[in-house]
Amino acid sequence: MSTVDDKTVDDKTVDDATAAGARTGRGALGVDAPRPDGGPKVRGEFAFSGDLWADDMVWGATLRSPHASARIRSIDVSAALALPGVTTVVTADDVPGSKYYGLEHRDQPVFAWEQVRYAGEPVAAVAADHPETARRALAAIVVDYEVTPPVLDPEEALTAPDLHPDGNTFRRLLINKGDPTARGPVVVEGTYELGMQDQAFMGPEAGLASPAEDGGIDLIVSTQWLHNDRDQIAEALGLPPDKVRLTLGGVGGAFGGREDVSLQIHASLLAQRAGRPVKMVYSREESFLGHVHRHPGRLWMRHSADADGTIVSYEARIVLDGGAYRSSSYHVVANAACFSAGPYNTPNAVVEGLGVRTNNPPCGAMRGFGAVQVCFAHEAQMDELADACGIDRVELRLRNAMAPGDTLLTGQVVDGALPVAEVIRATAALPLPEPLAADPSASDPMGRPGGAGRTTDHGDVVRGTGFAVGFKNLMYAEGYDDDSHASCHLEGGIVTVTCAAAEVGQGFVTLCQQIGREVLGVDDVVVAPADTAIGSAGSTSASRQTWMSGGAVEKACRSVRAQVLTGVAGAHGAEEADLDLVGGRVVARSGAVPVDVALADLTADRAFSDSVRFQHRTTYPLDADGQGDAHVSVACAAHRAVVDVDPELGLVRVVQIATAQDVGKVLNPTAAIGQVEGGIAQGVGLAVMEEMLLVEGRPRNPSFTDYLIPTALDVPDVLIDWIEVPEPEAPFGAKGIGEPPVISSTPAVVAAIRAATGRPLVRVPVRPADIVGLDG
Amino acid sequence: MDVVLPTTVDEVVAARVEQPAAAVLAGGTDLMVAVNAGATRPEAVIALRTVAELATWRREDDHLVIGAGVTYGQLLRSELAELVPGLAHASRTVGSPQIRNAGTIGGNLGTSSPAGDALPVLVALGATVELAGPDGRRSLPMVEFATGPKRTALGPAEVITGVRVPVTGGAQQYRKVGVRNAMVIAVASVALSVDPGDRRVGVGLGSVGPVPLPAPEASAFAADAIDWATGTLVDPAAARRFGELVAAAASPIDDHRSTAAYRRHAVAVLAERSLRTACAPGAPDREVAA
Amino acid sequence: MTAPYVLTVNGTERTVEDAWLGESLLYVLRERLGLPGSKSGCEQGECGSCSVEVDGELVCSCLVLAASATGTAITTVEGLQPERSDFTDVQQAFVDEGAVQCGFCTPGLVMAVHDLLNRTSEPSDLEVREAISGNLCRCTGYGRVFAAVEAAVAVRRGVVS
Repeated sequence: MSTVDDKTVDDKTVDDATAAGARTGRGALGVDAPRPDGGPKVRGEFAFSGDLWADDMVWGATLRSPHASARIRSIDVSAALALPGVTTVVTADDVPGSKYYGLEHRDQPVFAWEQVRYAGEPVAAVAADHPETARRALAAIVVDYEVTPPVLDPEEALTAPDLHPDGNTFRRLLINKGDPTARGPVVVEGTYELGMQDQAFMGPEAGLASPAEDGGIDLIVSTQWLHNDRDQIAEALGLPPDKVRLTLGGVGGAFGGREDVSLQIHASLLAQRAGRPVKMVYSREESFLGHVHRHPGRLWMRHSADADGTIVSYEARIVLDGGAYRSSSYHVVANAACFSAGPYNTPNAVVEGLGVRTNNPPCGAMRGFGAVQVCFAHEAQMDELADACGIDRVELRLRNAMAPGDTLLTGQVVDGALPVAEVIRATAALPLPEPLAADPSASDPMGRPGGAGRTTDHGDVVRGTGFAVGFKNLMYAEGYDDDSHASCHLEGGIVTVTCAAAEVGQGFVTLCQQIGREVLGVDDVVVAPADTAIGSAGSTSASRQTWMSGGAVEKACRSVRAQVLTGVAGAHGAEEADLDLVGGRVVARSGAVPVDVALADLTADRAFSDSVRFQHRTTYPLDADGQGDAHVSVACAAHRAVVDVDPELGLVRVVQIATAQDVGKVLNPTAAIGQVEGGIAQGVGLAVMEEMLLVEGRPRNPSFTDYLIPTALDVPDVLIDWIEVPEPEAPFGAKGIGEPPVISSTPAVVAAIRAATGRPLVRVPVRPADIVGLDG
Repeated sequence: MDVVLPTTVDEVVAARVEQPAAAVLAGGTDLMVAVNAGATRPEAVIALRTVAELATWRREDDHLVIGAGVTYGQLLRSELAELVPGLAHASRTVGSPQIRNAGTIGGNLGTSSPAGDALPVLVALGATVELAGPDGRRSLPMVEFATGPKRTALGPAEVITGVRVPVTGGAQQYRKVGVRNAMVIAVASVALSVDPGDRRVGVGLGSVGPVPLPAPEASAFAADAIDWATGTLVDPAAARRFGELVAAAASPIDDHRSTAAYRRHAVAVLAERSLRTACAPGAPDREVAA
Repeated sequence: MTAPYVLTVNGTERTVEDAWLGESLLYVLRERLGLPGSKSGCEQGECGSCSVEVDGELVCSCLVLAASATGTAITTVEGLQPERSDFTDVQQAFVDEGAVQCGFCTPGLVMAVHDLLNRTSEPSDLEVREAISGNLCRCTGYGRVFAAVEAAVAVRRGVVS
């Protein structure tokens, strides 16, 4: 790291955290704790991966295909190389190792050579002395494309000639549960669609790759999974994994969009070829082109029930457009199918889940991971079913709510916590906002639908309320050998925790400190930079880091605690069981021998440390009927949305969302609120504005001018009730909390718009024309 | 010279003559977007920030001459908000506070986007655009200034010095539909000016044609429908007919932001509401809380 | 390359040499003047992460042509607090109220909230929302940001110290 300026990755973060902490108080588990990176972030001193700088560095940039489907006849880079200031240009010919990469399966070219399969696919990359020089160099590369008709419709792709040697079906998952012929007297059926949502994290992809003296690469990058990136880079560069060293740069949000490699291989290859550090920072447009999106979906569902609303049967066909390459489509399909009935007892089910390859942009992980798509559909079905049975919509959900001991669609018995009825009741019990006539916000046009556009007068507004419930698994599934590594080191009275878990904004670094304080009774816990020097922590995804890496950190800290207590007990002739760690001291809580030893003194010239591996329970693959114990745990939430709608213009303001969420145990209340409010904002976005539009497979709106995400004037007031039922196997009893807020918030908002307008609204995002009824 | 920072309009014109290829930079909210994206690579720039005349406004009898460099923020926060409430309404819908502090009315004219928020108001007010060039100064009616999407009647070495708008004392409205409650480009917008002195109703439409459009038939209809003694509609149902006539004046297209059908529908609704509010019994709606 | 020019940033005159004419103030701050606190999130003025003050007006530095900003007074997030270890009341409120997650939008939001509170001592809920509507945040859903503004207002009113 010697070539990197000192403003990059150093221990300044830790010093500043101490300064911040001294003013804001400390926290162990269960109470608010300040973020160690909060102080640097509010002062603009936190180093995001795009803030890095190195002596002699050059700028990398990517050339991307404008066509969704084309054969490449030739690529001529000579004019680009001839430009003054251009250091190097690379194409597929220059990739020394594997020419393919991929998160789960290596099916995506590092650079396209014979065939381009989506608009935005990388074709070449340049390094130059200035971003503008790099841009001119890209323009000087001549690619001779033979444009071919793209396959853009997933149904068409199922029967079209193969777009890739691996075929056009990423996965077809069938679930058969119970009696396929069972039917209840009440039947509801619907087809639902979701547009392509984008993670739209605020900090575009960025990294700094530096060639090392040993022929390897040092890469500081924003990512969700350092080790998976490392392995893909090493394969592509033809290097052993230990010669590719990754350090986490400051990450400006992720939400699934950084699980796949973006610029990691390109920057490393450019650095290797140039022999100089290469900085790459995506523009917003390139960010939209350069990472996977949430799968658009078309879902058909049919439910039957007894007259009292008890679900008898469920059938579904779920088609997710995975785009040109596999990414995580295989597992998104599984999640979608396995949780497609919602958290409702469903004795008989026939489900087909499909993930299909097309010439659209690749889709993969985004917060909610398959559960978002199905929840929009199953919750619309639940409302239909309640109406068809003539019973209250909340009551229907309660009547069918799963509880521990019930079975998932996969036949797996839920043996942990699953308080579905509790989240429903608690959500319904939260207070409603002031009625429209008395709502002070609605007295100002800014607080009505249309907001700053002043479109809507008070009398033009109607209000609606909608309710939705969702659930999703936590952690990896289907037999994946999921683990996380962590170490704890106590020396000089200072606890240092090391873990490769990617802090992407969610607050894992805060949790690490809380765990250290809780277990070791100290104030100062240093969180070391995340890098590949330690074992993998797995991805920051799947609601898994609090459980997996939190578990690893706890295990490491407990080991150090045990060593300390054993050592002190031995030295003082005390019983270990009588000792405790409190306020930075080892003290005897009971027993005959008085002990009071400061950890700082104890560890002045010796250290205690351990490195550990943590795993969750074994999971198993699904069988031919989609049955098996494939999952570790599930978490649920309910959302009630209140919306104001201007039906004549089709404009919406989401007024309030109330939610109760199954969290196991709240470890940091303020951070938990932030996860819920942030997730709800993304759910609101999908409900009423967010969609990556494609024209002939090309993203039409890859900018923040036209890919709209909620502003401060678009988000509702949020009311939260925590349902704390400890999860027996989870460290601290805590479930991951990041995903449920984004799952059922979208259907709740759409249900509320339906209630206000009477329109069917079977597609999200709901557009003004859909509400007005001009959708043709 | 890379960046020229002239201090007078004459210096701007001289710089334009000397460097015809130089980009003219007002608030930067359009030009810099293009530069940052690599869509424009200026060889030289004439920045208007330091031209005192452009940054000010003055009253001439029953008209205002507003300098091209006056920002949306100034239109919103200064005395101008009382004198031309329609421009204040429009300004408040523009982008974000940051954009309103940078973007100028002259820049809106120079870019001449069909979605430019100040432009329908200028159409509705019957504004003239004030220009200066090597041959001196001239004025053009707003409807003649904008000639197409991103095209204007601005001469090669000319500069926009400002706009001339009437102070009507009547109700003015600007309503804009976007698919978000703030910071959004207009999907459709309607500006309305009810001028009790001239007994004239002005209409300007945004994002429903290649340029901001007037709606002359609708204007004439509304002028007849108002009881000018009270400022109210003789028959409240006239507002709906007014909306239909406004929609008939629109020539919208389908694009990624919306459909032609929705846009036509939206301007009808916005126009109806605007007239309904402007002619409601009571004071004209000039509220622009900043 | 442009001729050298001088920018006044956080009270200090800084000379910019060998720059390309098209460079934005944001680029020059980040890449030439060692002030990366202003973030580049969209380069279109849509996200507000690059917010700075130019002559007291809150603007997006990505939309300011750096070479045209000579003679103005530019304040960045790095210039808000007098001492490196200090926090402004707004910054402290952001830390205390959990308004920071990934933090990428935070410097811009801090600038926007300072601008708001310098103009309005007791903003209403809608005024707060409007004032920060040009600062996109993808992590927080803005809820804790509203709480931070409320806390900063309380501190300025002397309700809380």
